[in-house]
Amino acid sequence: MRVAIPKEIHPGERRVVATPQTVLRLRKLGFEVAVQSGAGAETGFADAQYIEAGAIIVSDVRALWSGAGVVLKVRPPEHNPALDIHEADLIDAGAVLISFLWPAQNPELLSRLAARRVTALAMDCVPRITRAQKMDALSAMANIAGYRAVVEAASHFPRFFAGQTTAAGKIDPAKVLVIGAGVAGLAAIGAARSLGAIVRAFDTRHATRDQVRSMGAEFLELDLKEEGEGHGGYGREMSAAFIAAEMALFAKQAMDVDIIITTALIPGKKAPQLITAGMVESMKPGSVIVDLAAEQGGNCALTRPGEVVVHKGVAIIGHTDLPSRMASQASQLYGGTVVALLEELWRDGAIRVEMDNPAVRGALVAHDGQITWPPPTPPPPPEPGVAATAPKPEPPAALIKKPTRDRTFLWLALAGGALAGVGLVAPPSFLGHFTVFILACFVGWQVVWNVTPALHTPLMSVTNAVSGIILIGGMLHLSHRPSTATVLGALAVLLATINIAGGFLVTNRMLAMFRRK
Amino acid sequence: MSESLILIAYVAASALFILSLGGLSRQETARRGNLFGVAGMLIALVATAAHPRFEGFPVLVGTLTLGAVVGSALAARVRMTSMPQLVAILHSFVGAAAVLVGFATALEPGPGLSPAEHGLHQAEVFIGVCIGAVTFTGSVVACGKLQGFITGSPWLIPGRHVVNLIAAAAVVWLGVRFVTNPDGSLVPLLIATAIAGAFGVHFVLAIGGADMPVVVSMLNSYSGWAAAAAGFMLSNDLLIITGALVGSSGAILSFIMCRGMNRSFLSVILGGFGAAPGQSPAPGAAPAGEVRSIDAPRTAELLAQTRNVVIVPGYGLAVAQAQHAVSQVTRHLQQRGVRVRFAIHPVAGRLPGHMNVLLAEANVPYDIVHEMDEINETLDEVDAVLVIGANDIVNPSALDDPASPIAGMPVLEVWRARTVVVMKRGMASGYAGVENPLFFRDNTLMLFGDALKNVDAILASLRTG
Repeated sequence: MRVAIPKEIHPGERRVVATPQTVLRLRKLGFEVAVQSGAGAETGFADAQYIEAGAIIVSDVRALWSGAGVVLKVRPPEHNPALDIHEADLIDAGAVLISFLWPAQNPELLSRLAARRVTALAMDCVPRITRAQKMDALSAMANIAGYRAVVEAASHFPRFFAGQTTAAGKIDPAKVLVIGAGVAGLAAIGAARSLGAIVRAFDTRHATRDQVRSMGAEFLELDLKEEGEGHGGYGREMSAAFIAAEMALFAKQAMDVDIIITTALIPGKKAPQLITAGMVESMKPGSVIVDLAAEQGGNCALTRPGEVVVHKGVAIIGHTDLPSRMASQASQLYGGTVVALLEELWRDGAIRVEMDNPAVRGALVAHDGQITWPPPTPPPPPEPGVAATAPKPEPPAALIKKPTRDRTFLWLALAGGALAGVGLVAPPSFLGHFTVFILACFVGWQVVWNVTPALHTPLMSVTNAVSGIILIGGMLHLSHRPSTATVLGALAVLLATINIAGGFLVTNRMLAMFRRK
Repeated sequence: MSESLILIAYVAASALFILSLGGLSRQETARRGNLFGVAGMLIALVATAAHPRFEGFPVLVGTLTLGAVVGSALAARVRMTSMPQLVAILHSFVGAAAVLVGFATALEPGPGLSPAEHGLHQAEVFIGVCIGAVTFTGSVVACGKLQGFITGSPWLIPGRHVVNLIAAAAVVWLGVRFVTNPDGSLVPLLIATAIAGAFGVHFVLAIGGADMPVVVSMLNSYSGWAAAAAGFMLSNDLLIITGALVGSSGAILSFIMCRGMNRSFLSVILGGFGAAPGQSPAPGAAPAGEVRSIDAPRTAELLAQTRNVVIVPGYGLAVAQAQHAVSQVTRHLQQRGVRVRFAIHPVAGRLPGHMNVLLAEANVPYDIVHEMDEINETLDEVDAVLVIGANDIVNPSALDDPASPIAGMPVLEVWRARTVVVMKRGMASGYAGVENPLFFRDNTLMLFGDALKNVDAILASLRTG
């Protein structure tokens, strides 16, 4: 089956869905890979590198798209001005498309894909579950965006991040406020921290407090108690009282900090406006705001998506292409997540859409002529701290029961026969002892099965000491008269005593070492 | 003291011994269990000495004192890593004592036996002496193997099964002669003892080093049966009960060990594991791939960055005496918030529960020491596994290579963790003589060298880092 890797046509997009490394992985899975000529040029990958990885290069766009069973992309399909055709119309009917699709914002694209009976999977809809982590393209991109936000801020910020005391004078460290402690926010905290800044962070979700602190930032708290954890690990909209308190906090912080990085997003909604024009004006000249929510309307009132505006000495960076600005890194990580999702579909050399696979079902937005978005709501995650204890499946009874029953019968018959034999020949005085012997064997059997494996060595040394009871056998042969039996008995007593003393003492020594924290 | 009172004392001693073994089932009650054992032994000793016809006080006091001094010295001196040898040599004492008691009884049979009882008594003596002799020589050889005096690899004589069969037939024939001979000549008994002793040597020599835990627990069992047999010949119920307890305990331990290696009891006894020609993998079948190594500072860095670590100790840890250093590494990682657990394979070490004892010696709390199954269930979530001086128990070919000699043996599936660091002296194979494909896996890093030096280096890096 052929996988097509087209060149991204969105203006300013430098990423490509597959690096030569990704192509290698696809080839290993058994795909034939066709790469559009120059697809990786902006990212820094020449056609020759793709050829080396086992891809074929196709220069004609229509030829590339048609005949491909799977098309991989970064940006959602859009109108191709050069060919005057919408990319969605280039895909073969029934083929698979994996890309960012943003189904909530692009209902028209969705119906277009469904009409062509395309199986469309949106990388932005992969559910945030443990199993799907390797397919989590949003987190991978957010990580890059967070890092890049700090780099962009630093390039507009006219000072050091780290404080220094030098012969030429003292330099104060920069203060950075990160709003929203998602993946991007945490990445920004990490990057700013490693440049040496003092970092503070705020998030409506109280659960992020420890994550923020683990990255080395101070977590700002409101006096209000309200929980902002929404569905799937994203934030949700808060009450009016909460927002008022929050805004007061930001206003206070704006006067103090040098750099603000905002990452607040609510899925499917316009980004909340958190930094007002007044707050911007209250910041020190030379300060920088990086608005990672610029594409969704911006967290700052003055943000202009895709632009850098300077308002009264404060630079407001509204780049919407931060991952694309680190195209090579972003392409490598994005490609990895795309292949991971494709692997979920690839079963025994064919594409199979398994509706009971939560990762696939979550990402699937169109299939078989139907729009399959949004997916049915998954059950809520288990309460933290309450471990999900699924009952262990009972082993199939027939599998283990049958052979043991047959064997047991055999052993019982043998034991019965042996007992009958003993009863026929042995004198009564022996049978008394024999009874005791058999019962003792059973008692030992029952008692020892309960011993925990950690104590097997002490058990062995205790039984060793106890078997020194043979001492009594030696004692019975001791007498005043010097005879061979006395000598043998004395020797036996000696050996048994060594055994008893050694066994008990060494057990005691071992047991003394076992302790609980 | 009257006969009845002595018997009651014996009943009390038997009950105490049962309570002793019962107490060992849990850590909380284990020390009490040991004290019960001591109490039972003292009661039995005093009761026997208080018998009206007992007349050997001077000899008894002398031998008891000497034995107690020697035994205490042994127990106080032994290092925890040498525990298997000590246990083995103590077994041999029981075996030797059983032989001596048997001969003494044969020389001085009790008074007033009917002819039928006499025959039975002779048979009991004969069986007791033979079991004792096998236990004695077998344990001495086992001790030598564990100590390294005798090579750990199986020593197989050609046609050994035939030789064993002939020996068994000869012993049976000698037994019949001994029992039916009215004049009570000791010659058949002496010859049988020699044969049984030789069999004990041969039987343990033929067993490979990897099966040593089974052998030691089997000899433990034999020493119990030897005591029980002595009880029969002396008509002493206390000896019978105690012997049976010890015998069944050892049998269970052997059974557990065999199950741990997925081997049948018979195949262990028949011996020769890991040495049969044709079982060793052909050179072309050796696992292909690249072995990636790592140094101690980088290992420390790796461990410090994780949240969830599992340590798999093996015999190499015991040999290098690295348990204390490992314990300190554990404490260091815990202080950094890393969750550290130990995974003990049922047959790790040379004695059942050997690793638990070593870790306990190094003050590793026992609630972070887990069994194989508990760890295997959670390995997918583990960031790093540190394998210290273990090999066969982490060998994936036990699961995925039906041709492997250890196929089907339950193993710790450490390769499911994100990263595995294997500490080893070199690329040599383990006791089972099997190549380990784990070392060639993508997520495996090899840390070569002496375990103690490496663990110390990791500790030093953790302290400074």
